[in-house]
Amino acid sequence: METAFIIEKFVLITIVFVLTLVIAMYSTLAERKVAGFMQDRNGPDRAGPFGILQPLADGGKFFFKEEIIPAGAHKSLFIAGPTIAIITACISSAVIPWGQQLTIGDRVIDLQVADINVGILYVFGVIALGVYGIMLGGWASNNKFSLMGAIRAASQSISYEIAMGLSIIALLMVTQTLSIKDIVAQQSGFVNWNIWVQPLGFIIFVTCAFAECNRVPFDLPECETELVGGYHTEYSSMKLGLYMFSEYINMFVSSAVMSALYFGGYNFPFMNDLGLSQNWITIIGVLAFFLKIFAFIFFFMWIRWTLPRFRYDQLMNLGWKILIPLAIANIVLTGIITLIKDTYW
Amino acid sequence: MESLSNRKKVLEQKPMNFWERMYLPAIIKGMRITIRHFFKKKATVSYPEVERPYSKNYRGMHSLKRDEEGRERCTACGLCALSCPAEAISMISAERKKGEEHLYREEKYAAVYEINMLRCIFCGLCEEACPKEAIYLDGPHVPADYLRKDFIYGKNKLVEERFDVNLLEMANLKQEIN
Amino acid sequence: MSLFYFIAFLSIFFAVMVITTKNPVHSVLYLVITFFTFTVHYILLNAQFLAVVNFIVYMGAIMVLFLFVLMLLNLNKETEPMKSVLVKAIGTIAGMCLLVTIAGSVKVLEVSNPVVLKNPEIGLVDNLGKVLFKEFLLPFEISSILLLTAMVGAVLLAKKEPKDI
Repeated sequence: METAFIIEKFVLITIVFVLTLVIAMYSTLAERKVAGFMQDRNGPDRAGPFGILQPLADGGKFFFKEEIIPAGAHKSLFIAGPTIAIITACISSAVIPWGQQLTIGDRVIDLQVADINVGILYVFGVIALGVYGIMLGGWASNNKFSLMGAIRAASQSISYEIAMGLSIIALLMVTQTLSIKDIVAQQSGFVNWNIWVQPLGFIIFVTCAFAECNRVPFDLPECETELVGGYHTEYSSMKLGLYMFSEYINMFVSSAVMSALYFGGYNFPFMNDLGLSQNWITIIGVLAFFLKIFAFIFFFMWIRWTLPRFRYDQLMNLGWKILIPLAIANIVLTGIITLIKDTYW
Repeated sequence: MESLSNRKKVLEQKPMNFWERMYLPAIIKGMRITIRHFFKKKATVSYPEVERPYSKNYRGMHSLKRDEEGRERCTACGLCALSCPAEAISMISAERKKGEEHLYREEKYAAVYEINMLRCIFCGLCEEACPKEAIYLDGPHVPADYLRKDFIYGKNKLVEERFDVNLLEMANLKQEIN
Repeated sequence: MSLFYFIAFLSIFFAVMVITTKNPVHSVLYLVITFFTFTVHYILLNAQFLAVVNFIVYMGAIMVLFLFVLMLLNLNKETEPMKSVLVKAIGTIAGMCLLVTIAGSVKVLEVSNPVVLKNPEIGLVDNLGKVLFKEFLLPFEISSILLLTAMVGAVLLAKKEPKDI
């Protein structure tokens, strides 16, 4: 542990953290813009040119709003709820490889905060932890609607975690490693992307990612039409802001995970044929990665303004009776194909 | 029951086939529709900068007219207030003094003329009732405000700007020549 | 080593908190923290896979379900049945017996040398997988059958009896 290493990681963490927050901030604007455009409107365009300053205005408003803790609420857990939600959302981006190595002078810098050899499982674990924030907040509010929202969130996230895990297992059988860095490194170029070998797994994974992020069409924990605001009915001011923020950060991180696992992460077509130096490939790779992430975020929003919300029994049916069997079938299929390939090729 | 008009459509509800139950094609269809709207021309008119043209018979804010010498036409007869179905108009009349002939056309004029824009329903009956052609609803629409009292418009907001008849005629002449 | 003692102290502290707090939801939350300290223990032993699995399965799934049930139950003082003196006395005696048994068994055991691992890589996924699927294949498969049986049982319990009309 030399000082340079610590400084390097510190800078990297700061950059990732700030980027995450900024992207989450502007996701709120993008969400409203996309909503507007898909409904033949302009979206917010008053604060600054094209509404560029809208997130700042929203954030400022959140800070100055009155903070209400209901009289019957459990105070410490009421505060712990949004805290856990935002912390888990922020730390889940630690294992994502943002790019290859960057060489400055004679130092080689890895553009990844931590390369754990069980990287995917780490992401899963942190996401699983995130549901505590929602549950505690919902329960501590001492409100029926909040409790309903919390319970829905818990059951939904547990149900879809299984299908998500199973869809990942098929992917792991192909990649034979749990480290996200290695998985991305395997997919260099364009034809090696995992989406070409695991299309079914990808569809299952995307569906589960929607459910884990509580996004439409699986936004039952907070559906306004039935539960007022769901688990954050009683929340106001910046605590509500933190919940919203954690939702958008989750969306960003899951977009990053999806593009890293299935769409080659920082790899882009013809990356090795252009004759660029390593540093340039890394920089373009980072840009390509973010392009993919933004495409996925747009996809999230696109779906949101297209599909209606599922009914609760439909949600459970889809999770348990369709996605899990499909994921298991995918595992079996992948196993058979790998076996055939190993023996006959 | 037998349909009398013969226009009744019987909808068949078949159980979904496999393709429909897969749900994904329907999602892609929906997404195609939304993405098409994404690139469509927007219907929004960003109001304060861009204004949509009003229709010709649009009835907006009232204005109290002046005659060709720039004198107020209103004689405070009160017919507009009488005709008003919403009781929005009230006025106090006064007698014209000597030396005020260039201000008011008739011997009696409205010293105070108030329209409550929150009551007004913009029906245009005052316009029809006026014998002196003094009130017209030809303005833009009434802007929003914060206090109720600010919606009671007095003469300062209602009477139209004084204009120079000679300049106006010159402009008209120029237009005719052109 | 001091880190280990600190974490061990935390585990025991939170484990004691689990049984001493009155509010069942607090109890579950302390249990969650206890499991988290276990995860840290696994990481200290360089058993990353076990750590993460403990994290996902125990903290992320099982405890969420516990919390889920407790939130629905709405436990408070009125619903809690009063415990008689007899029950308390029996409980004390049973606890003492357990304590004596544990103390005895600990005394019989030799002092082990737990910190020195022969192979520090033993906890990583590939080694763990090789051990599980080569040396301990039979117990592994038997436990999977056990889980399958439990799953079938759960489905049977949850399934509604067909109404005979």
